[in-house]
Amino acid sequence: MLSTAHQIKRGVSFYSYQEECFLKKMSLEDCVSEAAAIGALGIEIIPEQSMTGYPDPGEAFYRTWDGWMEKYGTTTVATDLFLDTKRYPGRVMTLDEMTESVRKDLDIAKRMGAKHVRAIINTPPEVMEACASYAEKLGLKLLLEVHAPFHYEHPWVIRHLEVMHRLQSPALGFMPDMGTFVERFPRVMSDRALRDGARSRFVELAVETYNSRGDVHGLMDTFNYMGANPVEQGIARLSTFLTWNDPRVMLEHMPLIHHIQAKFYEMTDEGTEYSIPYDKIIQVLIEGGYNGYLSSEYEGNRHIQDIFEVDSVEQVRRQHRMFERLLGEDDGVAAGAPAQGGHSVR
Amino acid sequence: MKTTGLLQAPLPREATVFDKYMIVEDTLRNVVDGDRVTGFELGVRLPYYRGLGLSMVEDVQVTVDGETAPVSAVSLTVHGNTYKLTDLPGIFDDRWEMGEVATVAVDKPGGLGRGEHSVAVRERLRISYMPVPGGGADQKVLTLRD
Repeated sequence: MLSTAHQIKRGVSFYSYQEECFLKKMSLEDCVSEAAAIGALGIEIIPEQSMTGYPDPGEAFYRTWDGWMEKYGTTTVATDLFLDTKRYPGRVMTLDEMTESVRKDLDIAKRMGAKHVRAIINTPPEVMEACASYAEKLGLKLLLEVHAPFHYEHPWVIRHLEVMHRLQSPALGFMPDMGTFVERFPRVMSDRALRDGARSRFVELAVETYNSRGDVHGLMDTFNYMGANPVEQGIARLSTFLTWNDPRVMLEHMPLIHHIQAKFYEMTDEGTEYSIPYDKIIQVLIEGGYNGYLSSEYEGNRHIQDIFEVDSVEQVRRQHRMFERLLGEDDGVAAGAPAQGGHSVR
Repeated sequence: MKTTGLLQAPLPREATVFDKYMIVEDTLRNVVDGDRVTGFELGVRLPYYRGLGLSMVEDVQVTVDGETAPVSAVSLTVHGNTYKLTDLPGIFDDRWEMGEVATVAVDKPGGLGRGEHSVAVRERLRISYMPVPGGGADQKVLTLRD
């Protein structure tokens, strides 16, 4: 089933373990150790989530971090930056202030040993341009996330593409979020709406409209005239934030793609993602010669935490068993092999 | 301790992730100064999956048994640093960390009586990538002891 050889590597974003970290059930070291245990040796971290005292956590934090990377055989692959353009009451940051903010995050990424930095979608193209040479000097790539409902023909993304193509800087590119490839309405979201009080005829209509590529933007008015309650209106709105694109849209932009956020909502007992077709995605990435990381990004917790115990660790493990299968790693190499001992991730 | 259901439409992206953990159980107590009870306090978290600079915390509204505390009576303590709610817009060098249990205190001479209280907390956060302020809400029945 594997079409060609490839150099795709596996990693995990600690975004995935947010439920356990929020509730202090997992420490930061627990996250590193767990990633290593499943052979997800590339670490993506959100400093504003995991770093106490951001943006100045102190040298001791960095030394501890370096020690963990050494101890567990992991590598910091990416950091995710936010840009608080509304930090000051009553006004939006100037472009100079935004540039300074991004540079500070680039410094953090550099100190953590990362190569890639996620620029959040609201980062203006002017700021990307202003930071390109600084990122290049630090040996970093500043990558705009392409997160649903954004896509490569979205007016905002086109503005970024214009800058990337004009500058031809090796430091700028994209970090696609696989949440832009939701082929089937996520079951965890429709089930939650039902539990929250949506009536089944509304939920079914939203799911069917989405799954058949119908006019999801017409659902809001339709639901309104049908007498929808707020939860039902919410699921109509939600169906416009989910997007399906053929993953082949990435091929045209592959030279700009250096890191992948492998968003997922539900790994089923059968070992597949319910709504996002990773078999198709990985075939496209192999075809395009992608050689970066697939970085797990579990985001199902918020949809199930009302009645289920969230088990992010198990969900991420399942996703990596799927990756091993789809990447052809499972021939003779056991899933969940320890990080030590020359376990090759190619 | 039961959580009352709050009917909420899903918001775009990660608007309301951890609402149900905002009010921390078993944290409601009176604040005593000498032999006077000057108010009450409880533990609260952000509903957000990352920390946030305090200048972007627009409101922490506390309602107990139907009575909403006036803005001027509310203060917030994060990792030992206490700020009046009305001063938060000007705080640019401190953050409320992800999952951090902050203490929200309300000036209320006499405090609260012993026993169960219906507590509601609503936080309004200025999250830059969202077109309108985000945040969240939680409601729990807490018991005041001693």
